[in-house]
Amino acid sequence: MALVIGIVNYGMGNLHSVFRKLTMLNTAPLVIEKPRDIQGVDKIILPGVGHFKKAIQNLETPGLFESLNEWVLFKKKPILGICLGMQLMADSSEEGDANGFGWIKGKVVRFRIQDMKKFKVPQTGWNTVKTCKESRLMQGISDGSEFYFVHSYHYTVADEGDALCKTEFEYEFVSAIEKDHLFGVQFHPEKSHKTGLQLLKNFIDL
Amino acid sequence: MFRPRIIPVLLLNNDHLVKSKRFKEYRYIGDPINAVRIFNELGADELVFLDISTTKNKRCISLDLVRSIGEEANMPFCVGGGITGINQIRDIISAGAEKVIIGSHAVSDPDFIRTASEEFGSSTIAVCIDVKKKLFGKEQVWSVNGTKASGLDPLEFALLMEKNGAGEIVIQSIEQDGSMEGYDLELIKKITERVNIPVVALGGAGTVSDLKKAYKEAHATGLAAGSLFVYYGPNKGVLINYPDKKEIRF
Repeated sequence: MALVIGIVNYGMGNLHSVFRKLTMLNTAPLVIEKPRDIQGVDKIILPGVGHFKKAIQNLETPGLFESLNEWVLFKKKPILGICLGMQLMADSSEEGDANGFGWIKGKVVRFRIQDMKKFKVPQTGWNTVKTCKESRLMQGISDGSEFYFVHSYHYTVADEGDALCKTEFEYEFVSAIEKDHLFGVQFHPEKSHKTGLQLLKNFIDL
Repeated sequence: MFRPRIIPVLLLNNDHLVKSKRFKEYRYIGDPINAVRIFNELGADELVFLDISTTKNKRCISLDLVRSIGEEANMPFCVGGGITGINQIRDIISAGAEKVIIGSHAVSDPDFIRTASEEFGSSTIAVCIDVKKKLFGKEQVWSVNGTKASGLDPLEFALLMEKNGAGEIVIQSIEQDGSMEGYDLELIKKITERVNIPVVALGGAGTVSDLKKAYKEAHATGLAAGSLFVYYGPNKGVLINYPDKKEIRF
């Protein structure tokens, strides 16, 4: 049976490019908008751009917060959070002072930049990513590859073992996380040329 | 390591690409979708599309075109041209663009930037500030394709846009547009020294060393250009090109 990958649509940014990339990789993505759409999907991508608190509210209104939480905790199937989607996996965020799913222990904090002339927030652009542990998600991607970032906040993990990748923007921050079947990337694989496509392919192949 | 983005800015006149000089003398360049395919191959960092035929004609950039660009682009892209409403931004984003650029409407209604950034997040909203000196006058912000002087000071306006929630400022020198003689570094520096959001330099880049200067000397983190990426050689033959990133050491 063909693999079904769900992409969560909760009104935060566009899923167009993620959808398009999955189609290019010969999968049939399913857009999840209501709790019952989740039944039967094999993997989930949680994208998102925008405000943390608003994202949580947008997930709560149609009952998606609860159903996603159940799917993740009971089915234990792979989920990939992208950008804000990764941040939502944390316990809480400074952005709007709200609670997240708490799947991977940690907090989302705003960049604390000293040299504001050189490092403008949001970090907008290409930066290199250093892999800190063995991972199937990063297979075939050479260490130090560039990915596209746009963000003002970043994840801080409570357990260092959950950090998958690190990136430097004045200081080093966690740019990807992995714990069991949970994955999150702060950068945008769907916008990162061939390297990004490889990462999405790795997620499909997990 | 973080490095500045090198951004081709492609001007649209309805559905074909053109290039201007000092916001005038438009020359036909080619088909936008074909350009996207070439920039994919060349690994461009980001693309910007500005429809210059919109503001005057009181319409917005074509959604069909944005959708087609989104189908092709393997990199982030940003679109602008005649945006005046929240629903237009929503349509453009759902058609596949990452960001929108707002120019004239930011001048006529600065509060619109606040509404838009609250709705879509700062990183989705970029403001383009077109700057020109008036004869015997000071530098000021112009709108409607450089035809309407606003009397606003570029730095003060940039600070207001940052305060209203813009995620990025594109600072464009109208006098340098299409000249390929280098950016107005003083103008760019004036802005980057005071605003804390990313600043994209635009107008005048003719060589890779101009791009470097805008980063090293003027602290722009987005290095945008038109002519540099669509013309080639001393006779300015139309040829889409992009520098080899491995050859640029920032």
